[in-house]
Amino acid sequence: MQNKVQVHTTINGEEVDFLCEPRQSLLECLRDNLNQTGTKEGCNDGNCGACTVNLDGRIVTSCLVLGVEAEGRQITTIEGIAKGNQLHPLQRAFLEEAALQCGICTPGFIVAAKALLDHEPNPSEDRIRWWLANNLCRCTGYDKIIRAVQKAAAVLQEAKA
Amino acid sequence: MKWFDYSAPRTLDEALDTYASHPHARLLAGGTDLLVQMRAGRKETDLVIDTKRIPELNELHCNGALTLGAAVPCCRIYEDAAVKSAFPALAAVASIIGGIQIQGRASIGGNLCNAAPSADSIPLLIALGATARIVYKGGERSVPVEDFCTAPGQNILQPGELLVSIQIPKPEPHSGSHYLRFIPRNEMDIAVAGAGVAVTLNGGTITAARIALASVAPTPLFVKAAGDALVGQPATEESVNKAALLAKDAAKPISDMRGTADYRRHLCAVLTRRALRAAIVQAQEA
Repeated sequence: MQNKVQVHTTINGEEVDFLCEPRQSLLECLRDNLNQTGTKEGCNDGNCGACTVNLDGRIVTSCLVLGVEAEGRQITTIEGIAKGNQLHPLQRAFLEEAALQCGICTPGFIVAAKALLDHEPNPSEDRIRWWLANNLCRCTGYDKIIRAVQKAAAVLQEAKA
Repeated sequence: MKWFDYSAPRTLDEALDTYASHPHARLLAGGTDLLVQMRAGRKETDLVIDTKRIPELNELHCNGALTLGAAVPCCRIYEDAAVKSAFPALAAVASIIGGIQIQGRASIGGNLCNAAPSADSIPLLIALGATARIVYKGGERSVPVEDFCTAPGQNILQPGELLVSIQIPKPEPHSGSHYLRFIPRNEMDIAVAGAGVAVTLNGGTITAARIALASVAPTPLFVKAAGDALVGQPATEESVNKAALLAKDAAKPISDMRGTADYRRHLCAVLTRRALRAAIVQAQEA
């Protein structure tokens, strides 16, 4: 048949229609069809977590989701984390703690870490490391990333108090 | 990936009709194996049938016994209070397959159908006496999980047959189960070897036991003799050691980049012993 499919979905709070080939991953649809290039391609087989997005409240590697599966779903990408020009505390903490060097893994780490803090505002270091095990970083050695997540958690807690 | 069409049926009947008319279609649940294999060119199809919108494949129901829909993602298993309470070892296994992102998509049904010798969930399913409920147009059949995988990546499903759910019987009182694997890192790795066990006690005596191994044969390996040897025996270290050595003897591992055959045989004894100890403690506390 070889017909493209129209997909209706919600990305970062905005309803979006896009046309895709069924074989395109959600990652490809975001980057190539929708020009939302904040989500990065790393390994393209689910190991590195660079392409992490939030799909209906759960983090997934968008390279292992078909674009057509996004029909009727809610997606949050790195582009939806800041509020306008106001960086999310996680983004701020990553900058302040120098939790990145080359930056390819950063969008995935931030989307993944946000999902953790949304549900568990005060996670232990072990819990953070376990939660982020599906995100690989070849620059930082992870310690700075863990410290940034802990700092963001503290900032978010303080803001609530 | 090569071009394919996509279908997301809303009912089991619709899925079976589509599958019957496209016997070379591939069934998609979480996609964490299928999409990787298709991208690598190891699997091809002109139609992907997404099973995630079929109610029967999304069922997770625990009333002592467990009905586990084939497309239920791992995260739903370890987040379900009833499952965690009745089948803690299953909840634990669901939390060690891949990372959080994978667990949001990957299903135990998919783990079974993918039929990897190293699949973490299958030895435990075998130990728990699970059966696979298979449906096709015009009928259905039920197959013990130990008979489901036939070779690496191969299973007994015929074209047009669909795994709907995994059925786990209600454990007898004073039962315990456990799965242990060896991996060189803490998470996100493939088992060098693994052991899934289930035991039932009556006082200090073992009245039933099942043991199965991962990554030491072309399929997940049910070691009936090792479990049978425990029946009627006291729940002691001596009995546990005996079963562990039988498990080791039954293993038929290969040497590869993850470990040598000798090392894997050694691991079979260690993992079986430790898993049995844990299952016995659980059974004593149950």
